[in-house]
Amino acid sequence: MLSRVAERIYWQARYLERAENTARLLNVFSNLLLDLPDRTTLGWNDLVRITGASEIFVQHYQNANETNLARFLISDPCNVSISAMLANARENARTTREVMPTEAFEGINELHYYAQSAAGKADDRSARNEMLEHVIESCQQIFGMLAGAMSRDAGYAFVRMGRALERADMVSRMVDVGARKLFAMLEDPAAPPEFAETWQGILWMSVLRSQSAYQMYRQHVRRRVNGEDVVCFLLHNEEFPRAVIHNLTTVSKVLPRLPNHGEVAELVNLARVELKHSHVPELVEHGLPERIDHLQIRFAAIHDAISRTWFLPRV
Amino acid sequence: MQIDWQSYDPGAFHDEVIKRPGAPRSIAADLAGYLESLDRQALDEKKLAARLAIKTMGISFTVYSDGQNIDREWPFDLIPRIIGAREWETTRRGLEQRVRALNCFIHDVYNGQKVFRDRIIDPALILDSANFRPQCVGIQPRHKVWAHICGTDLIRDENGRFLVLEDNLRVPSGVSYMLENRRVTKRVFPELFENHRILPVTEYTQELFDMLASLSPRKQAYPEIAVLTPGIYNSAYFEHSYLAQRMGAELVEGSDLVVEDDQVYMRTIGGLSRVDVIYRRIDDLFLDPAVFNPESVLGVPGLFQAWLKGNVSLANAPGAGVADDKIVYTYVPDFIKYYLDEDPILPNVPSYRCCNDSERSHVLANLDKLVVKPANESGGYGMLMGPQASAAEREEFARRIKANPRNYLAQPLISLSTVPILGEHSAEPRHVDLRPFILQGADSYVTPGGLTRVALVKGSYVVNSSQGGGSKDTWVVMGEGDAVPGS
Repeated sequence: MLSRVAERIYWQARYLERAENTARLLNVFSNLLLDLPDRTTLGWNDLVRITGASEIFVQHYQNANETNLARFLISDPCNVSISAMLANARENARTTREVMPTEAFEGINELHYYAQSAAGKADDRSARNEMLEHVIESCQQIFGMLAGAMSRDAGYAFVRMGRALERADMVSRMVDVGARKLFAMLEDPAAPPEFAETWQGILWMSVLRSQSAYQMYRQHVRRRVNGEDVVCFLLHNEEFPRAVIHNLTTVSKVLPRLPNHGEVAELVNLARVELKHSHVPELVEHGLPERIDHLQIRFAAIHDAISRTWFLPRV
Repeated sequence: MQIDWQSYDPGAFHDEVIKRPGAPRSIAADLAGYLESLDRQALDEKKLAARLAIKTMGISFTVYSDGQNIDREWPFDLIPRIIGAREWETTRRGLEQRVRALNCFIHDVYNGQKVFRDRIIDPALILDSANFRPQCVGIQPRHKVWAHICGTDLIRDENGRFLVLEDNLRVPSGVSYMLENRRVTKRVFPELFENHRILPVTEYTQELFDMLASLSPRKQAYPEIAVLTPGIYNSAYFEHSYLAQRMGAELVEGSDLVVEDDQVYMRTIGGLSRVDVIYRRIDDLFLDPAVFNPESVLGVPGLFQAWLKGNVSLANAPGAGVADDKIVYTYVPDFIKYYLDEDPILPNVPSYRCCNDSERSHVLANLDKLVVKPANESGGYGMLMGPQASAAEREEFARRIKANPRNYLAQPLISLSTVPILGEHSAEPRHVDLRPFILQGADSYVTPGGLTRVALVKGSYVVNSSQGGGSKDTWVVMGEGDAVPGS
């Protein structure tokens, strides 16, 4: 497989997954804010922070309110909106058509046009929800087509790696924001303690929902939703396909299909071992945000190694 | 909108579906009847379905001057064009004959130049041509074939007879649209396929693959074949990607390839990997900056040398374009007699060579009646349509012809045949041409039909997609008792 093609496939998968995650996030966040007793504790600013695009946002918008956020994340021409990500995914797909199943390309192409035409739906809540759900469904469908029609060779390995790393990254951001909010609330003397438990529950439930993890979580953890269990589930659960560790495992499983995978395998393994041996109850007490920062540094290193090993032109 | 053939008037032109208002030709009678039976709503639905199919399937082309919007939907008209299988069989043989003669000529130009000694053509016309590559003299490509993929443009005149308009031997494009047009038509008019025996076109990519594989310098079961594209900003990128995909070949850009010790390699995730055959979709002059245009970033340094050594095959071979020249075109009937000792099956459009004194005088005296074409342009650029041009434009061309007679050719304006398109309110006649694709390697192959291009603007003769042209699915249809052509 050509290095250039491998790189584009990898990015196509990342962009698709990122578009799906952004849609999930926006959807859940809209609903969460309706549920919160005190809307000042959690604001749209937090959503900007999860996407990691605060700097770009403040350059283009004055207020972090619902309308601006929805526009920013749905249709803004900058690189973080769903429509921009899908345009990128399509551009990458267009240049790798020869190795992709035709129906998957057609799916991406169609979704791209849909997102372009759905820009106006950002302002209206119900139209927006419908749009976001369509994006989520379509991304799932496209990955389904890839899974159903691609040989399990190098090409598919890059699809899986791109998707898994993107997922791991996004889940870790969700956990991060949840944790930071939790601390802010616990330390906030103005927050009425009687709300704290309810508030916590709602917050963590939303985190789970954004990852379609609520049902699986309930089956796995049979007690009241609480931060410690949720963090543990989203970071450490090997069986749940959106959990961080599961995604790292996915990467290490596809690596044997690729030549020269030594360095990447070592880095993935390092991240897995560190994650496995971190003790969540302790972390939730203190140090979780630092732990997540560290994890994200690991993800970046894995990405760099992937890029160095397979994408950079070598003579 | 509903179609009423009574009100469809092709006028003085040869219309391929309707002979005169209300009277379909026998070969198209079923099609005409079917179209007339569709009511307004059905026609609108079909139109919409076709547009959607094109959009979803991502069938696109790119316009150079378009700046931002690089990727456009392919303009397609629903009504298929029909050609009888018997007539096609003759045409097919004519095309094969033509490409065989052209390859003999190219091989001769680079090996021996017997054609000059026998005074068939003036050497100056060839040796001074912008498409003659002195670097290629003495090269013996496999099977002595230089032009492996040829797109020959045909038109029908007012009597419905096929004439050859030009031969495209450099990097002819359009075949993917031919294939996709068929896919779209099948989606939109599945019912029509039940009542017609239409020759399939889909085996083209397999034929192309086999032909390319037959060029491999290494004898092995799976030669590594790559399609070399200038990249996503090229107008035919869709096609490059499409062909690579359908052949299971690698689609490479210049930067994906590297030459070491006169061998060509691709950069892959596992390191360098040898390439045997390159179907190159970039012009000669951009192939190798070490030999041709040193500014080229599209090509691969050392590629030409690797080809010289026989370590990689290039299709089409560098230098093949020497026969893709509108002046050389006028000699093709002579080449057919000279090299093959056969009579040309397909006639040329009558042509005047401006390099010949008496013919040039005739051209200059009749600029208002003639079409003037530069010898080396493609895509319909740089032409003078005499009858429609202004006096100033004609004067400008007279000046250009006198300044560089070798570079111009003039032809009478042929009244191109028409076929119906679905207009806003009714079916309307529009002018068409046809580009069949001819493959030549160890064997040869001609697509049944080809890409029909249609001038969507009323009265226009300009069929190029870059200038407002569209396209149609083209059916070679067998009648009762017809044998499958070529078998």
